[in-house]
Amino acid sequence: MRQSGRFGEFGGCFVPQVLLPALEALEAAFLDSREDPAFAAELDALLRDWAGRPTPLYRCRRIAEGTRARLCLKREDLLHGGAHKTNQVLAQALLARRGGKTRLIAETGAGQHGVATAMAGALFGMTTRIYMGEKDVERQQANVLRMRLLGAEVVAVTQGARTLKDAINEALRDWAGSFETTHYLLGTVAGPHPYPTMVREFQRVIGREARRQVLEAEGRLPDAVVACVGGGSNAMGIFSDFLGDPDVRLVGVEPAGRGLHTAHHGATLRKGRPGVLHGAYSLVLQDEDGQVEESFSIAAGLDYPGVGPEHAHLKATGRAEYVGATDDEAVDAFRRLAEAEGILPAVESAHALAHALKMAAAADRDTVLLVNLSGRGDKDLAQLSGRLGGAGGRP
Amino acid sequence: MTTRYDAMFARLAAAGEGAFVPFLVLGDPDPATSLDLLFALADGGADALELGIPFSDPVADGPAIQAADLRALAAGARPRDCLGLVAAFRARRPDVPVGLLVYANLVEAPGREAFYAAAAVAGVDSVLVADVPTVEAAPYAAAARAAGVAPVLIAAPNSPDAHLADVARLGAAYTYVVTRTGVTGADERAATGHRALLDRLAGLGAPPALLGFGISSPEHVRAAIAAGAAGAISGSAVVARVESHLGDPAAMRADVLTFVTEMKAATR
Repeated sequence: MRQSGRFGEFGGCFVPQVLLPALEALEAAFLDSREDPAFAAELDALLRDWAGRPTPLYRCRRIAEGTRARLCLKREDLLHGGAHKTNQVLAQALLARRGGKTRLIAETGAGQHGVATAMAGALFGMTTRIYMGEKDVERQQANVLRMRLLGAEVVAVTQGARTLKDAINEALRDWAGSFETTHYLLGTVAGPHPYPTMVREFQRVIGREARRQVLEAEGRLPDAVVACVGGGSNAMGIFSDFLGDPDVRLVGVEPAGRGLHTAHHGATLRKGRPGVLHGAYSLVLQDEDGQVEESFSIAAGLDYPGVGPEHAHLKATGRAEYVGATDDEAVDAFRRLAEAEGILPAVESAHALAHALKMAAAADRDTVLLVNLSGRGDKDLAQLSGRLGGAGGRP
Repeated sequence: MTTRYDAMFARLAAAGEGAFVPFLVLGDPDPATSLDLLFALADGGADALELGIPFSDPVADGPAIQAADLRALAAGARPRDCLGLVAAFRARRPDVPVGLLVYANLVEAPGREAFYAAAAVAGVDSVLVADVPTVEAAPYAAAARAAGVAPVLIAAPNSPDAHLADVARLGAAYTYVVTRTGVTGADERAATGHRALLDRLAGLGAPPALLGFGISSPEHVRAAIAAGAAGAISGSAVVARVESHLGDPAAMRADVLTFVTEMKAATR
């Protein structure tokens, strides 16, 4: 390895020995690509013409009425594929092609990363297999259908809790035997080095655009940047270009499920202890013996007992703060954004929105809040229909 | 630290035999049966034992050992119980080397120092951490050695010389040489023609090589030794014999013992 892949004490490369050469090759390909103008040119062109970058910044008109806050949404929900995932999937797929790989594998929780990977597989003519927990297959049927229509094979993982954690286990097992032909297109800033660094750099475009856009729209930097955190890629993507702005609060919102005081949540940064899961030393929801616990969230994309190691570091240093939003708060925010602004957010992104709405209500001076609206909510309609069933429309 | 392994390799060299090392998951299918199976391994002629502490997320393992981990966890096997089984085995079998196979989070949870100290007290001779490759291995190896436990590292067919040099520098007792890429599992394609890899390890002064991954028949054992390995490790094939006799401990013990006897015979 050319780099240690550490963020303070967190990170590293904890994989079976057989995968170490594959990760060294990936690190080399990633670092070399950063010196290659042709790589950046092709990626930029695809992000613009195929994926629809830059995404807009939208200042909410109604939802924060009566508060001192202006709520700006970074509209990653409008990116091709319906979520921020597409940004870094395109970049990794280009790296895979440069490395001569002919097959992509990926894990997915809500299905957004799986859809993005299936899209890239179609675009580059690569065989694509997506590992998805059986429980997530059930609650995200629309995305399963999308992946299959895009030509990907979707494998329902029946082990363990049958969610994202188990899908990552299966993808790692596949890769241990297939790395010569296959790129593991990991979907977040977790996993072994170089993924946390590489995925952050490929998602940095979100914050780079948003920082410029908010300066243009508001004439100043935001008071806070708010993003949901499962593995943590959309949050690292929007945080990174604000790390050097000490007056900008960085707020990560974890899934509090049925409440942080219950056993049913996925708030790894708030409730986890240091440990090794899926290739990195980070915070992990685990019992006292080190057995990894099952997380819980209404949002499949946040339902993960680990978290990217850079978030663990940002928490340890105090640069970022991490809070929770419950299932109920997220569903309420989902409904409010739909009714007040005409936008259906992903239930994942609705966690960030829920906390931003609390911050807006509490603001005692003019406040600018930048929220990463990381995905759109069409995928969640079937699952939420029961909880939203009582909605009678606008009074 | 490597006394029991050294004595084993010396005894086998004098007899002109290779080592046969079976693997089981501690606590599978339940603590009492598991302890009985450890003695069955030794009674069948195992030269050393390789024993897993069950983990919730065993990414280096295929379906057979994953299922064994889940059975043991469902039966309530905690790491301290597993070390208790090793201690109970050690009390009656003072000479058989015992290695542990664990995942990093089981070491990190109590802390490296405490983990290796507890292993040493239980009579463990070596520890292999399946998801700690050479690039992360130094602090684990140091903590193991400080407690008098041998750190075992893995060498793979795709390992470049730089990794093998780390294996030779950091490892002790034996080197776990995987026969192929992928995860653990009994299969017919167990590749055992690894003379080049074994020669590279020997040239670097690495500890003796035991071949593992896919070793499921006496032919595999013979081929491993013919290729120059000091012995062979068989995991999934042993664990599968536990799974096939769930609910019938007597048949389970008999099948495991017979399998070990046949595999050991192939080392001679």
